Amino acid sequence: MSPWSCNVGPRRHSFESLRELMAKATPLRSGDELAGLAAATAEERVAAQHCLADVPLRQFLAEPLIPYESDEVTRLIVDTHDAEAFAPVASLSVGEFRNWLLRYETDQDTLVALAPGLTPEMVAAVSKLMSNQDLILAAQKRHVITAFRSTIGLPGRLAVRLQPNHPTDDPKGIAASTLDGLLYGCGDAVIGINPATDNVTAIETLLRMLDELIRRYEIPTQSCVLAHVTTQLAAIKNGAPVDLVFQSIAGTEAANKSFGVNLALLAEARDAALSLGRGTVGNNVMYFETGQGSALSAGAHHGVDQQTCEVRAYAVARHFSPLLVNTVVGFIGPEYLHDGKQIIRAGLEDHFCGKLLGLPMGVDVCYTNHAEADQDDMDNLLTLLGVAGCNYIMGVPGADDIMLGYQSTSYHDSHYLRQVLGLKPAPEFEAWLEKMNIASEGRLHEVGAKHPLLLP
Amino acid sequence: MSSNHPISESDTSAFSVERSTLSVPQLAAADSWRHLRQFTAARIALGHTGGSQRTESVLDFRLSHARARDAVHSPFDADTLEQAMRARSLFTFRLSTAATDRRTYLIRPDLGRSLDDPSRKLIFANAQTWGQRDLAIVVSDGLAAQAAEQHAIATLEPLVGHLIAGGWTVYPIFVIPFARVKLQDEIGELLGARHTLMLLGERPGLGSPDSLGAYFTFNPRAGCTDADRNCISNIRPEGLPPVSAAAKLAYLLNESARLSLSGVALKDTNPIYPPKISAT
Repeated sequence: MSPWSCNVGPRRHSFESLRELMAKATPLRSGDELAGLAAATAEERVAAQHCLADVPLRQFLAEPLIPYESDEVTRLIVDTHDAEAFAPVASLSVGEFRNWLLRYETDQDTLVALAPGLTPEMVAAVSKLMSNQDLILAAQKRHVITAFRSTIGLPGRLAVRLQPNHPTDDPKGIAASTLDGLLYGCGDAVIGINPATDNVTAIETLLRMLDELIRRYEIPTQSCVLAHVTTQLAAIKNGAPVDLVFQSIAGTEAANKSFGVNLALLAEARDAALSLGRGTVGNNVMYFETGQGSALSAGAHHGVDQQTCEVRAYAVARHFSPLLVNTVVGFIGPEYLHDGKQIIRAGLEDHFCGKLLGLPMGVDVCYTNHAEADQDDMDNLLTLLGVAGCNYIMGVPGADDIMLGYQSTSYHDSHYLRQVLGLKPAPEFEAWLEKMNIASEGRLHEVGAKHPLLLP
Repeated sequence: MSSNHPISESDTSAFSVERSTLSVPQLAAADSWRHLRQFTAARIALGHTGGSQRTESVLDFRLSHARARDAVHSPFDADTLEQAMRARSLFTFRLSTAATDRRTYLIRPDLGRSLDDPSRKLIFANAQTWGQRDLAIVVSDGLAAQAAEQHAIATLEPLVGHLIAGGWTVYPIFVIPFARVKLQDEIGELLGARHTLMLLGERPGLGSPDSLGAYFTFNPRAGCTDADRNCISNIRPEGLPPVSAAAKLAYLLNESARLSLSGVALKDTNPIYPPKISAT
């Protein structure tokens, strides 16, 4: 007799473990099929959702999907769980929890108080029962506000990471894209460069260049060079001006090991960044990126579906009070999220799950050229995330990242979204844009050749 | 000519007749910082209409995406590549992965990470003849056949010459269609190679349908992860030129051999390109 089973018409569907039940209840995506974890039929998927709806939330505390003994992420989740915060929903099943989230009475304050009581597995489970509109509605209730030199995540605001990448890290090329982004009113979340190579000297050059730019024009934003965390630590030791420390993270210890990181190393990096004391309006110094499929890609998923692994990564992120977390949702490729439909669903799931756990979620609304997706799919996801209250999006020149070889959202896309939804930049940055005569009241100003940013 | 975007110069000339009826530049603001385009191929200073992109930028982008999509699905001419390699004394050996066609390759990366059975037998059959050597090189189409076809030789010819002159012993170059990066671990382990190096087409970007990636691993074995490898990406004339990539790889491979490690612990501290002074 299987622990989890339910009758759907004449058929009885059985699931051997909570792990299998979670995987089979997950809306269809290629990565779970690749892992051999997906439901075999559409009916089995819905049967699994029926069954999952009846699972008590507290079951996830009793039955870790990845053993406590063998995984430090599980240990982090279990050891930091706040039973008191969990109390209001402790008696609910997953299905009842969905209803609870959608009640009028469940608001920002309720969700803030609840967050430490939720584990990633509970949040992943309920998201599997939720429709896209549920994911949007519930996420919109939750504002997660963080700060360094600008304040991110306030209601009615949408920030942008300026992403001025260059294929050879040429500082002049990066500077050109950075100025372009600033003159398009972008960069309030962070000016964040993905370096092409993990060279300590090269990233120090870029950090100094951004620091000089930010100081010279008194831009209320922060910089980041998204090298490996150990490379950034080396730069800090050399005295480089590091605002935010970045790292890609995943939801299992083994997947993090494949990234060359663990919790202790992340703690060391955070301490190092905090010791520099470079924030002005806040002290959130970490920047994390995630994405469904990374654990499977590293052969480190332990038979857990990719969406649940992703939410476990948020438990890692939450431990370090980051300024920014974003899922790079369509970057990993069609073997994990096959097409526009799967990318859109995953983007909404990641945003909702991150917010519910209390993370300042942004989304890199993106796709690769081997995925069955195009810019229209990104327009759809961008709009939905704007409605859901996403903290920030990427700003890439013309949506074309010439270093990473994928398509994201453009500076112009942020203007589209701010226009249709009446969203504003981070308040400190909004004031700076006005002071610099770049934009005001949601409109770009004409910038002449003698604008201060364009002077040598 | 309405656009001087570096990526799209040829595109606009090809479409100039149609384009001239579509673009209405006087309705859309140009940017006063177009001169900054000399520093990057990124789509900067696009101008705007309202807060949105102008018609010509939207169509430029769409054409680039169409070309990248076509590049993903273009077939790999491994025979011609092998002939050209042999003509330059780069001896080759063909193997196959468990992925049998392009579609399967795209949705089943696991199959691209392992050899098929006949290929394993071929390695066993030849292992004694080859003996144990320092470096096994793999060339694959990956996600962009033209990257391997156009830049693998230009990268390998100087690199292999340099390494052999420095005392490295190298297996025949394995040409393997439909391979993923991790395949180098199985090959390295089967051969007992000290290092593996893999060159394969990267996912094509909009302006770079021919970008080659290079990944190498010290002491390759099944348990290796990406943290155990070093990567150099965007090898193509407009990115990291093949000759420069060869120099960088030669430096890193020698460092890797000297320190007996690869991956995140091997830091690239050699400023091959002297940092330039910022434009600001």
